[in-house]
Amino acid sequence: MSKITINNKDVDLSGVDPNTPLLWALRDTLGLVGTKFGCGIAQCGACTVLMNGQAIRSCQARIGQIKDANITTIEGLADDEGKLTPLQQAWIDHDVPQCGYCQAGQIMSATALLNKNANPSKDDIDAAMSGNICRCGTYTRIVAAIESAAAQSNGGDAS
Amino acid sequence: MVFNDPLQAINPAGMGSAEVSRREFIRLAGLGGSLVVALSVIPGRVSALAPKNDRSAALNTYVEIASDGQITILAPNPEVGQGVKTSLPMIVAEELDANWNDVVIENAPIDAERFGRQFAGGSTAIPMRWDELRTMGAIARHVLLQAAGQQLNVPIEQLSTQYSIITHAPSGRSVSYGDVAQQAAKLALPKPENVPLKTPDQYRLLGKRITGFDNHAIVTGQPLFGIDTVVPDMLYATYVKCPQIGGKAVSANLEELKKRPGVRHAFIMDGTVDIAYFNPGGVDMYSGVAIVADSTWQALDARQYLKVEWDTSKASTDSWSALVEQANAIADAAGAVEVEHKGNVVKALNSSSTRRRSQYTYGYISHAQMEPQNCVAAWNSNGTIEVWAPTQTPQSAVASLAQVLGIEENKITLHQIRAGGGFGRRLDNDYVREAALISREVNAPVKLQWTREDDMSYDCFRPGGFYALEAGLDSKGKLLAWDNHSIAVSADGKKPNSSAGHWKTDFPGQMLKHFRHTQTLLISKTPTGPLRAPVSNTYAFAEQSFLHELSDAVGRDHVEFLVDALGEPKWIDKGNIRSLNTTRAIEVIRAVAKRAGWGKKMPQDRALGLAFYFSHAGHIAEIADVSVDTSKKVTVHKMWVVADIGPIVNLSGAENQCEGSVIDGIGVMMSQSITMTNGRIDQQNFHQYPLLRVNKRPEIDVHFVKSDYTPTGIGEPALPPVAPAICNAIYTINGERIREMPLSNLGYSI
Ligand code: FES
Ligand code: FES
Repeated sequence: MSKITINNKDVDLSGVDPNTPLLWALRDTLGLVGTKFGCGIAQCGACTVLMNGQAIRSCQARIGQIKDANITTIEGLADDEGKLTPLQQAWIDHDVPQCGYCQAGQIMSATALLNKNANPSKDDIDAAMSGNICRCGTYTRIVAAIESAAAQSNGGDAS
Repeated sequence: MVFNDPLQAINPAGMGSAEVSRREFIRLAGLGGSLVVALSVIPGRVSALAPKNDRSAALNTYVEIASDGQITILAPNPEVGQGVKTSLPMIVAEELDANWNDVVIENAPIDAERFGRQFAGGSTAIPMRWDELRTMGAIARHVLLQAAGQQLNVPIEQLSTQYSIITHAPSGRSVSYGDVAQQAAKLALPKPENVPLKTPDQYRLLGKRITGFDNHAIVTGQPLFGIDTVVPDMLYATYVKCPQIGGKAVSANLEELKKRPGVRHAFIMDGTVDIAYFNPGGVDMYSGVAIVADSTWQALDARQYLKVEWDTSKASTDSWSALVEQANAIADAAGAVEVEHKGNVVKALNSSSTRRRSQYTYGYISHAQMEPQNCVAAWNSNGTIEVWAPTQTPQSAVASLAQVLGIEENKITLHQIRAGGGFGRRLDNDYVREAALISREVNAPVKLQWTREDDMSYDCFRPGGFYALEAGLDSKGKLLAWDNHSIAVSADGKKPNSSAGHWKTDFPGQMLKHFRHTQTLLISKTPTGPLRAPVSNTYAFAEQSFLHELSDAVGRDHVEFLVDALGEPKWIDKGNIRSLNTTRAIEVIRAVAKRAGWGKKMPQDRALGLAFYFSHAGHIAEIADVSVDTSKKVTVHKMWVVADIGPIVNLSGAENQCEGSVIDGIGVMMSQSITMTNGRIDQQNFHQYPLLRVNKRPEIDVHFVKSDYTPTGIGEPALPPVAPAICNAIYTINGERIREMPLSNLGYSI
């Protein structure tokens, strides 16, 4: 198996069945339980992580097929001192979560969006976030948090 | 093996757990010597593990204050996304005059003696706990004042509190809560009636927007939910039930399964019922095959090779299309049983100058809470069990486990743990019983994980059903009589299944001289249960759409028609906040009309629609701004929600619940439908059961009317008016009256 780096640490998954979806390797083998199981069929986005900066559904990625990949999970966003990214902070400031279960996936999709588009339009946000279901219906706040994090990163007024 | 704290039991080897947020670090650093202890347990979850510093002092059941000033408040009820882990402690903190930044919240243990009824349901937590929690805060504050008075040697009348500081204004001296907590804990608690409570104008915290206490853990992905629970030596289980609901496992290729990688056990469980319809709130459990492995994936992978012989002789043979046929055949007549009748409806209808009759149909739906059911159970060979359950009803979970396992309740330790959505599904503890029985069978701790397919096939569904409504109006267009024939599903033909049928409602029956409710039951064995605003979430659609049919039939403005139908100012059961108060109702209707600009000229193919509904003690009026094109594509541009639920506890949380209700209501109304064919559920996952997505969200305007009634819950009552408000707008645009949910059945899309 080739090398997988997760949250900037090399991990050894050699003992794990290569057919295992990354989602379950993260959760059960590595104890990274922030990435969530919602549907298992690429419909809900709860399991979203970044692979080389792109948002992917970890329930669909078999670890045996992941080659030389750099994976970032929700646990790997804040820096070593625990400083949150502007998106994570915006999520708290806007009190986005209700049950909170979908939110790791939402934040990972939003992170991928802002990585490649620092100033997304509403349509860009809709397009990037439409693969993530929030059963509790926090969409208004998700969009507001993304806009405010983007504004802040661009030096604008976050409010 | 006993784990007292679920979080201590979580595997600390997780890589992400090596990080401690700055906020938590600061909080920890303030604890001095406790820091090392906390970090060695599980970094990143320290906020809920608030180390019991040996100088911390318990002031009463809910409040504990450490000498460094950290205030721990217990949250008594399960958190399922409705916000009570934050809002209930806010009530304590308000009367305590605590600085919210000093507050750490912990889930209370399950203990009926100390905490009364601990559950999440019926939007009841706030009104049920309101007096108790205010009193707890005030009592704690009172003993702190007494202790400060002793320490400063001044009468307590000269002391004031603010943000965890006690000030003696005449001398300019002050002490913090932490300074006097030890002393305060030694004082006798005052009688509640001797401790004054604040008046609303004195509130500093209540009514503000406070971010959820667990939000930091959520956005950093810390272990928090039921599914995140890990205990040492834990195995992972999947439990496969018959696709045809209620079928019994007779035999399976168990030996073959046991040879699959990682599989430790595979066995049949008989379940506790051999009828199809079960009582989800009780002790029933369906038969199935348990596969227990070293990881979730190994269990799920092995499942693909499972072959089972099912006995379906007593299984459900339900079919939704057959139920619709049966209902349509009888909807024109009155129901078989008269549930309620006052005046003489038939005579009044016959003498009315305008008369309408319409049949409304609504399908079954699934709760689809985001976190599929799961539970960790650790059976001990000494006959005790420890359970980590994301449930809405921890106390009834314990009671049902005691029965199923045949042990005393005091042999069961159940930890309440945050749930990824509830919506009523977790009122039923079938998954908890399954986990416990599997754990006992394999004599090891087990995490049972349902797949989404398991969850959708074996939900306790919101039942489908039918309302045939008839009304008569006089020559001035005033409502005279109302007749409701509700056609409901029933397993035994004697009483409606859980949450099926129709309960007595105040409006409009209470306002009329002639009102009748009759009912017919149709046999169905598909399990049902409460789902967010049960019954109201379907009856509001029928009632509020039908009222719009009536105002339209007599050419009256709908705001005026509704206000007129509500009649004179009247609180139906005065003093009971769970009964309709027409003054409050009319106020929210008028307010929402004003906010939305009711009556303004709308663009082509676009209209406003209005609905009002009273449920769960909430008076809620909503207006939808909708457009529909010729291909029946619906756009909801904006929703206005005006609610009177008394004083607001957490404004952000309350607004979030209203916003979520709008999204939920649109999704259900447009396209969510559970159907069954010969006892099998036709929908298995989100590709067949679409939830509303971000790009379909409307703008949402939420407004709370100021009122000084007892505050009540908002997890449910904003949902029922959503669908009729939108459907009334659609009628105004294209003249098509929507009498069936979901609208996708009628060719509409969003
Ligand atoms: S769990 Fe992967 S998309 Fe739903
Ligand atoms: S917050 Fe509950 S599913 Fe999104």
